[in-house]
Amino acid sequence: MKTRTFAAFVAPSLAMMLLFIALPLVSVLLQSTENTRRIFKEELVERCTPGFPAPTCEKERRQMPVMDASGNPVTERVFVGLENFRTLLKTEQIAGMIAEGRSLWQAISAVDFYRALAFTLIFTFITLPLVIGVGLAIAIALNATVQAIRGPIIFISLLPFIITPVIGALSIRWLFTGDGLMTAALRHLVGQDVSPLSNSWSIALLMMLYRVWHVAPFAFVIFYAGLQTLDNDTVDASVVDGASRFERLRYVVLPHLAPLILFVALIHLMDAYRMFDEVVGFASQAYVISLQWLTFELLMPDNTGNRAIGRASASAVLTMIGIVILLVPLIRRTWRDQKGR
Amino acid sequence: MISQSSLARRVPFSLRALTLGFLALWIVIALFPLLWITVMSFRLPVDALASNPLTVLLGPRTLAAGEGLSILDALLSVAVFFAVVRVIARQASPLAARLSLAESPALGWLLSGALLGIAALVVLAGLLPPALRLAAWLVRPIPGVGMLAEPVIGFTARHYVAVWAGHGFWRNFVNSLTVTAGVVTISLTFGTLAGYAFARNGSRLAFFLLIAALIFRALPNSTLVAGYLPFFVRSRELLQPLWDAPVLGSVLSLFAEHPPTLYGKPIAVIAALVAINQPFTIWMLRSFFQTVPSELDEAARVDGCSHFGAFRRVIMPVMWPGVITTGLFSFLLAYNDYLVCALLLDAQSQTMVPAISQFFNRETTSTDQIEAIAAAVSITAPLFLLVMVFQKQIVSGLTAGAVKG
Repeated sequence: MKTRTFAAFVAPSLAMMLLFIALPLVSVLLQSTENTRRIFKEELVERCTPGFPAPTCEKERRQMPVMDASGNPVTERVFVGLENFRTLLKTEQIAGMIAEGRSLWQAISAVDFYRALAFTLIFTFITLPLVIGVGLAIAIALNATVQAIRGPIIFISLLPFIITPVIGALSIRWLFTGDGLMTAALRHLVGQDVSPLSNSWSIALLMMLYRVWHVAPFAFVIFYAGLQTLDNDTVDASVVDGASRFERLRYVVLPHLAPLILFVALIHLMDAYRMFDEVVGFASQAYVISLQWLTFELLMPDNTGNRAIGRASASAVLTMIGIVILLVPLIRRTWRDQKGR
Repeated sequence: MISQSSLARRVPFSLRALTLGFLALWIVIALFPLLWITVMSFRLPVDALASNPLTVLLGPRTLAAGEGLSILDALLSVAVFFAVVRVIARQASPLAARLSLAESPALGWLLSGALLGIAALVVLAGLLPPALRLAAWLVRPIPGVGMLAEPVIGFTARHYVAVWAGHGFWRNFVNSLTVTAGVVTISLTFGTLAGYAFARNGSRLAFFLLIAALIFRALPNSTLVAGYLPFFVRSRELLQPLWDAPVLGSVLSLFAEHPPTLYGKPIAVIAALVAINQPFTIWMLRSFFQTVPSELDEAARVDGCSHFGAFRRVIMPVMWPGVITTGLFSFLLAYNDYLVCALLLDAQSQTMVPAISQFFNRETTSTDQIEAIAAAVSITAPLFLLVMVFQKQIVSGLTAGAVKG
């Protein structure tokens, strides 16, 4: 295909991506160094208090916000350098707390950004092996059953994967509310009052369980498809050679699935790092938050209707730096793979 | 298959039992939360929030309040439900073929999906309840069989009525429909063109663009929204220079007198979601186009077709399975989105998923809580039908990228 035809075919798609991905990225970079401020001007105000025989009046110079024709305050954007980043990272406060003799963990959990970063990373790296393990186990178990029951099992397995993430998280949360079914069961089991939704560690655990429940089917379908291409002769040969069931799994099946395991791991890494819907579904913001939720929260209008665009952009930039660090191995691998073709 | 009974297939009984037990456990875990909220949504709050699971399942107090389901009702509803699903699964594709005007299968699928969806809604929500009442009235006088028509299990649809009619959830449903239909149509139109070009061009430029798209796919949505938001809120004044421009301005003025405020407009969200979705769509469609031999378009070119003609007349007709699969994933992305819609739409134009937060954040009374659950089940129901009809396409879509590498 000639470059001109190629350009004509990709033009609409490329225009969309330039306009709605590349351009916003540039503007986020710029916004992160700016702040929106109201413009004030000094005015002479006369204040009167009722009195006799004449009201006593005094004149006062005051800073008044400039209003436009429709009565909204006029704002301007000012370049503030790295101030937004400093507000987010609170480096001086952290240094101060450590100097006071508090532990690093205490200092970190006092600042939203570090709290979000720590939980996002913990969440990502705990769910990763679980998703792969559960997905593999279901795929291998299903592959060992008779053909007739595979269809219905795949159908049911797809449901947790396809469901709206916020709704999926809610459906699990409702089981663990104060009067939920699982809370009652846990109470019965432990013999004392428990409330899983009012502890940082238990709510974090539930969020991870939800994520495994949601993504394991994806891993399962991919591994299951991979198992269908496994050469039976190789497996038979290993049986003839006297390999035990475990050895067959370890030395024949897993190496065959290795590229797929890597694929699932990298997709999961990207998606778990962007974790957001769980925080909304479990309403966990008082206990644990994620990086993407932090940006979202800053973008939402506060009580006075203002959005902290500058700080939100700074948080977005920091999140992006993180994803680039996570992505470098994936990009290098894809680069090599696609080149090799 | 001979290989099925090969050496490796000889499994001892204990291991087979363990395997089946594990799968059974997984099925229960996969299904239970969804089944449970569905059951809860049909009970009065006193039953739904009871600590005894049997009370939730049977709903005695819902039954005592005079709202129940008899064995006859249950059997008839299940039969009708499965008949509807069967009809949809069987008829979706032939109907789409018949409705594809002007040789455009996409339009056919859209029309047939909408028609079947409306028909299913009319049958299940409109015709079934009076039919059940009629059946109960007919059966009750018959001795012996009459007891089948007596309510035995608590069942109420009042929370659904409250959510859809009382709280105006249907408006959010229409908004969801608009956004999803727009995203699927536009991202498939742009995506097939680009995916085809990427599958047929192995140049350095194409390769570089593909890698860039892969990086774009990994970006958090909130990052992009942080870029849109200030612009969308102030788009009226920011776009004014375009409207004031000599020639372009008079053309644009034909569409709208003033530049639009993009914040709160479904069209802006559609554009944003299409762009966010584009990298994934391109990668997936590219891998499907690669399975179509390039000799096919070369033959068409020899016969005098232009590049676009070959694409439209020869390649697209054999690509429909891939396009449908990709369309399904675009649908899921748009339908399931919370973040983008919550930030870029206002209360009037809000879609279903963010709108549900108005129920569960309130949750002041137990009725509110069950209404939130009913809204959640309402959002899930179309997805359930989707998996039923398109299971094969979803599996092939998931494995398309992975197995081929």
